[in-house]
Amino acid sequence: MRSRGSSPTHGSPPPASLFVPNRFKGKLIVVEGIDGSGKSTQMSLLSHWLRSQMIAVAFSEWNSSPLVHETMQRGKKKKMFTPTTFSLLHATDFADRMERYILPLLKAGAVVCADRYAYTAFARDVARGVDRSWVRNLYSFALRPGLSFYFRVPLEVALGRILGGRNAIKYYEAGMDLGLSHDVEESFRIFQGRILAEYEAMTQEMGFHVIDATLSIEAQQQQMRDIVQKKLGKSLQAVALRSLERGTPSVDETAAVL
Amino acid sequence: MKPLQFYNTALPGVDCSELQGTLIVIEGPDAVGRSTQVTRLRQWLEQEGHAVLDTGMARSALAAKGIKQAKEGNTLGPVTMTLYYLTDFADRLENEIVPALRAGFVVLTDRYIFSIIARAIARGEDRRWIEQVTGCALIPHAVYYLRAEVKDLVSRVVRGRGAFDYWESGMDMRFGSNMYDSFVRYQTRLIRALDQMATKYGFETLDATKPSDVIFQELQSHIVNHGLQKVGTSLETNGAVVPLDHTGSAAQQNPPKSASQRKH
Repeated sequence: MRSRGSSPTHGSPPPASLFVPNRFKGKLIVVEGIDGSGKSTQMSLLSHWLRSQMIAVAFSEWNSSPLVHETMQRGKKKKMFTPTTFSLLHATDFADRMERYILPLLKAGAVVCADRYAYTAFARDVARGVDRSWVRNLYSFALRPGLSFYFRVPLEVALGRILGGRNAIKYYEAGMDLGLSHDVEESFRIFQGRILAEYEAMTQEMGFHVIDATLSIEAQQQQMRDIVQKKLGKSLQAVALRSLERGTPSVDETAAVL
Repeated sequence: MKPLQFYNTALPGVDCSELQGTLIVIEGPDAVGRSTQVTRLRQWLEQEGHAVLDTGMARSALAAKGIKQAKEGNTLGPVTMTLYYLTDFADRLENEIVPALRAGFVVLTDRYIFSIIARAIARGEDRRWIEQVTGCALIPHAVYYLRAEVKDLVSRVVRGRGAFDYWESGMDMRFGSNMYDSFVRYQTRLIRALDQMATKYGFETLDATKPSDVIFQELQSHIVNHGLQKVGTSLETNGAVVPLDHTGSAAQQNPPKSASQRKH
């Protein structure tokens, strides 16, 4: 059996066989990065900006499918996951969001902003020891993003943000199932380091737009907007679903250049 | 016994050289009599002195409940369903099947990756995708495919349960405007997919329309002939052995039938 998407090469756009090309009117924008990279903040700001351009925006977050939620909670609480079942259940969650939400909205012409995408699985699951080409094939049913942003941050900076003030790190979040350390913070540090290495290794292969996450929030957002404008601007203007407003939008509004 | 191996992707942390047991799979469409045969085989193997694990679809500790709830709703998409079943399968494979094999058990599996693949293909999902993902399964020592035509399955549903089940009819995909039409088309696709896999994966195909006792005897003889079961030491009772009928309760009389049933 020939495997699809195996042995990806560096320096090229996402392998043609890796995802399903998005031939729909809508656009798919994705943010990626380790925990504490600030990607979620940036995605939120971007979606506000798109909405201000009268573009219909929808949002999808990793690990948020209600269909899978209870099973996910059960698995985490009772520590039932293996790297493989962890990977498969997250893929189930992803498939549910893709089939029920992301795909229909893209067909309708909305811009879908995804906080984390298949790349999160490629980084995390492989950091757990799951076969690299197996997990890429697992997600081959996913639609190819129009733009993927990777928020690059040094490990210590990200860790500082996470370990600094948040709630306690959870078991699987810290990679405690891998026996990296008895200490949760230490385990988290090692695990996130592995994930970071996976992201870095796939940056070129997947065609990420890399944003320096140590810059100010404003500077990062400006870079994001510039890239969206440059790469998607024309098509967003032409075909994306405009969010409707009561009354006729003024000519000035509709002419607002992305 | 041939050492076990994976189809194409090893599961992290599993050393195949440690797996001493026997992996037997019973496949076939819905309502064909698989679980009846698994129950009988289990009893027989245990009588022969083997430790037996029996396992089947949507029974995992992790995902059984979630799958059931998902099917009760009206939003379960085809790819999502396939992956939910695969999660269930992987949980059983790693947490039940592998440890049992390590301990030298005979593992009797009611359905395996093949039913999952067939259901995915019947729903139009990509064959290479699903074959590649299920490549993390262990290659069974034997796969017994209980084969029947759609008309036989229809007759069993009507005579048995007396009603068509939504999911067994593939109604999520609406292969027909009513459950009968959908059942026929969906099960036809499943049978076709299983038939193709029978060749590709080397199933032993049995005619599921034969009487249950006959099928059981065929299974027993295949298992013995493949060296999958060492004949155990049984008490010599000069033909007066009390036979077990398929419900597991000892029959009250008629020893003659048992002498041919119990193969020594």
